[in-house]
Amino acid sequence: MIPKEEHELHRRRRGRNFALGGALLAFVLLVFAVTIVKLSEGQIGSLQGY
Amino acid sequence: MTDASIIDTAREPVSGQPKEPSVRDYVSLLKPRVMSLSIFTALVGMLCAPASLNPVVGFAAILCIAVGAGASGALNMWWDADIDAKMRRTAGRPIPDGRMAAGEALAFGLALSVLSVMMLAVFTNPLAGGLLAFTIFFYVVIYSMWLKRSTPQNIVIGGLAGALPPLVGWAAATGSVGIAPLLMVGLIFMWTPPHFWALALFAETDYEKADVPMLPNVAGDAETRRQILIYALLLAPVAIAPAFTVAGGPLYLAVALYFNARFAAGAWRLRRRDEAQAKADKYAAEKAFFRLSLHFLFWSFAALLGEAALRAALGDYAAAMQLF
Repeated sequence: MIPKEEHELHRRRRGRNFALGGALLAFVLLVFAVTIVKLSEGQIGSLQGY
Repeated sequence: MTDASIIDTAREPVSGQPKEPSVRDYVSLLKPRVMSLSIFTALVGMLCAPASLNPVVGFAAILCIAVGAGASGALNMWWDADIDAKMRRTAGRPIPDGRMAAGEALAFGLALSVLSVMMLAVFTNPLAGGLLAFTIFFYVVIYSMWLKRSTPQNIVIGGLAGALPPLVGWAAATGSVGIAPLLMVGLIFMWTPPHFWALALFAETDYEKADVPMLPNVAGDAETRRQILIYALLLAPVAIAPAFTVAGGPLYLAVALYFNARFAAGAWRLRRRDEAQAKADKYAAEKAFFRLSLHFLFWSFAALLGEAALRAALGDYAAAMQLF
């Protein structure tokens, strides 16, 4: 059974989880933003072939 | 994974206090101070290029270069954990201090390397991605694994890794390589040895204890001063030449002439001193030369940035004039 007592170890792990979540979210937003820019500049023209 | 298994793992540091690496430990693996120099020079390379990159794509490219630089820092800390543990300056790093398992740093560094190279190639072009991959490879394999422990010329050749970011930035914007970014690479490459050796003259280093052959330890104080002067003189033509390329102009020329004259004079002053004189005034000239080297690099690249801003402003002005 997991002890309820808050340990330094849990605090660090939570910090890492939040940082990883933030990094993943930022990465998704970045790829989305670059995709929008490239589409609006017509650089992804090959997509029109479909 | 249970809490008990975490406490029982090899992550347990010398103090016996069970720990897990914190976010700060991961950030320190990326060597943020080294990363900031890469970001600045890559940004200058990108903005000086005669091609316009969308700001969003430019931001994404700089982020990739920064992450790539950080990844090579993490891989360097993984490889050098044994010598880091022997030196006071580096003993507190996450791996030698026992806060992080070496394998974790390796996985972190490799994952970020692959991600940064791949994304830079996708966001900009394959040449920029390839150059970033080469930069990481050069720093980790050629410098860290091979040269650092085998030759006192380690930072001379290894300095190329730190010199490449402006070329990566330029390639990201243009998709090609030009003489101007190659000269920027040459500038940082030739600047690195006198910068580091000046620091090595006055800073309390324990490279000897870690069996790392740094020039002052191997060849002595006088030879180091001679080499600093040689490199300062060889640096001058390389540092002034960008003034006559598409990235340069009169502003850069003025800044380059001023700083190269001061740099050569400072190196000459160091050459004429010996260790006893340096100790007598607590390494005043050596410390001043080291500070000057920092200003040299910053203002040289700031001047290139200034030239790019001037060209943009004058270009707009010329275009506006043509309307009338």
